[in-house]
Amino acid sequence: MSTHTLSVLVENSPGVLARIASLFSRRGYNIDSLAVGPTEDPNVSRMTIVVNVESHALAQVIAQTDKLINVLSIVELDPVASVQRELLLVKVSTTPETRSQVLETVQLFRAKVVDVAQDAVTIEATGNSEKIQALLRVLEPYGIKELVQSGLVAMERGLKPGTSQHLDNN
Amino acid sequence: MVRYPSVETEGFRVSRPDVNFLPHEMSYESYGDREEMNMSEKITGAQSLVKSLEHAGVDVMFGIPGGAILPAYDPIFDSSIRHILVRHEQGAGHAATGYAQATGRVGVCMATSGPGATNLVTPLADAQMDSVPIVAITGQVASGAIGTDAFQEADIRGITMPVTKHNFLITDAKDIPQAIAEAFHIARTGRPGAVLVDIAKDALTNLTEFHWPETVSLPGYNPIMEPTSQAVKDAAALIAESTSPVLYVGGGVIKSNAAAELMQLAELTGAPVVTTLMALGSFPDSHEQHLGMPGMHGTVAAVTALQKADLLITLGARFDDRVTGKLSSFAPKAKVIHADIDPAEIGKNRIADVALVGDVKATIKALLPELAERFKVSKPDLTAWWAQCNSWRTKYPLGFDEPTDGTLSPQYVIQRIGAIAGPDAIYVAGVGQHQMWASQFVKYEKPRTWLNSGGLGTMGYAVPAAMGAKVGAPDTVVWAIDGDGCFQMTNQELVTCALNNIPVKIAIINNESLGMVRQWQTLFYNERYSNTDLHSKRIPDFAMLAEAMGCVGLRCESKDDVDRVIKEAMAINDRPVVVDFSVHRDAMVWPMVAAGTSNDDIVVAKSMAPIWDSQEL
Repeated sequence: MSTHTLSVLVENSPGVLARIASLFSRRGYNIDSLAVGPTEDPNVSRMTIVVNVESHALAQVIAQTDKLINVLSIVELDPVASVQRELLLVKVSTTPETRSQVLETVQLFRAKVVDVAQDAVTIEATGNSEKIQALLRVLEPYGIKELVQSGLVAMERGLKPGTSQHLDNN
Repeated sequence: MVRYPSVETEGFRVSRPDVNFLPHEMSYESYGDREEMNMSEKITGAQSLVKSLEHAGVDVMFGIPGGAILPAYDPIFDSSIRHILVRHEQGAGHAATGYAQATGRVGVCMATSGPGATNLVTPLADAQMDSVPIVAITGQVASGAIGTDAFQEADIRGITMPVTKHNFLITDAKDIPQAIAEAFHIARTGRPGAVLVDIAKDALTNLTEFHWPETVSLPGYNPIMEPTSQAVKDAAALIAESTSPVLYVGGGVIKSNAAAELMQLAELTGAPVVTTLMALGSFPDSHEQHLGMPGMHGTVAAVTALQKADLLITLGARFDDRVTGKLSSFAPKAKVIHADIDPAEIGKNRIADVALVGDVKATIKALLPELAERFKVSKPDLTAWWAQCNSWRTKYPLGFDEPTDGTLSPQYVIQRIGAIAGPDAIYVAGVGQHQMWASQFVKYEKPRTWLNSGGLGTMGYAVPAAMGAKVGAPDTVVWAIDGDGCFQMTNQELVTCALNNIPVKIAIINNESLGMVRQWQTLFYNERYSNTDLHSKRIPDFAMLAEAMGCVGLRCESKDDVDRVIKEAMAINDRPVVVDFSVHRDAMVWPMVAAGTSNDDIVVAKSMAPIWDSQEL
């Protein structure tokens, strides 16, 4: 099993997310993460799906997903040829003694403190999965009180045709 | 208020029907004016729906009205569409499927919200599995009531997502024509399938203008019709090298109306042909190159030819587990050419060496000249291969043993029906032993003469599907070959047939049991017949039941009577006929590849059966 990042352009219509979820559930594909949001074209949304499948099964995942009427295009993103980011919000316990160490870590990771309380700071960080995991490993000894993480969003590097291309082609 | 309407404003209230059934601006009388209405005039969503169905070319539909769909039934009353009132929504769905399979056109069924819609789930799944184009129209509770657990509310779009090619929920009257146009386009193009259009009640009652879209453009839906020329060249190269090829033909050849092209390809290559359960009739059974059906109950010749082949020329087939047996030991020496209109079928079960994605008719047409060129240079000699195939065919022909106790053999009955009704009749089977015998002992010569539930294996399919087939092909003799178990699931539609002049013929192969399950109990469960005895020789009395439903009921219990009774049934054309054939209950379907085992372990008769490991079944 290995993870693959799929970038899926879908029509921005009701039930699309349910169709994708239903397909993945029915055919037994494991989703590691899924992020959905608008694109520069209001009629089109982009889903970034990270799947964990055997490599020979990946073609099936792509072909079956592409069959959905509301799916406009689906490509696998090469981690090297694409920009991949996750967003992390993490609340870390601090004492007067540890606070400066935590803040130093935040700086080193080019993260941000977005909320401060007596005994905790809330940190916002973006980056690829490795960076987020590394940050969490460093923060863990201080005591992680709560964390929330977005799914991965990703985009191909370089100049590629825009989203609306997929609609105009037809 | 909009999100959570009170019970008083929505739903199924007899005391204030006008609130929901018609907008205040309209009266029942105004529906009569539809002929004179011009395009810009306002009509109800329901009228728009019926006009849309007419524009989509619908001439017949099967359905049952109810609260949420009721607005649509008023304009249907005046429409050119023949609406056949069935007795259960499942019957409507299978009838639409039978109609579609017999005619190649889109079958249409209609039901109300909630239980009406959920009763369509089985036929939708059935049609989708067998790639049959049907469109189901369902009523939904008013848009403001959706999500409130309103009376007769069911999320039928959500429920049917996994069993349809696509589905729609329409909450605005103006969207109806576009949705109907798209639904029919999706159902019949590409790999055909089931489409559901769920329409909220207020979308049916609200006023709208009717605009029929002349073209449908779905940016995410572009079926590939022609294979690439490189793939065609590669396929021809493989065929030109193969000394033991098999044409493995699936239902796609019938869907694509490619029987004539298949014949050309078969005769050009000289290769053996096997036709799957869904493809029977695509290639004549009488043709000398036809080895029969592959799979769990296929002929030894067809199964073994696939196992020993060096090349499978796969045309519109999907390597179903009933064909391949244990996948890892299926056709171990064969390279695979896989022609299918659905790219997701390529490599799903068996890796293809050459993928021909496209319509199979167009694919064969492209392949023929390429292959003819290749054969000018050299054509492989298939003599040795044919000697092998013919030896399997001669050594292991299909056959059956007559019961020794004088009771009727089910295979004999089915064989005689096929012989007497002939290759022009349409045969519709349920699911089980009788289905397999009908696939083995009726000889099919033409496409669309064999209808059955192949993928989903839906017991109860035969009677309503036969009804739909007869409606689609009224001048053709339609025989349903059904089991006593299957028949008791959907026989209520014989009432529909009797009342609507749909004279189908039903042969009940009555072995008083759930025969295929019983066969497995015989083979794999030490003859412990748990819950497979239906006692249906006495209860119900099928002939009397048939008479009670307005049909002719006949009985046959001895071999001497078989031909006479079949001919008697053939002579009746003003009413449906049901023949109760009392048959021997221990008859079994052979050959057999037990589920989960290798095709190499095909068993021709019980006496030759190895000990199966029940864990594998």
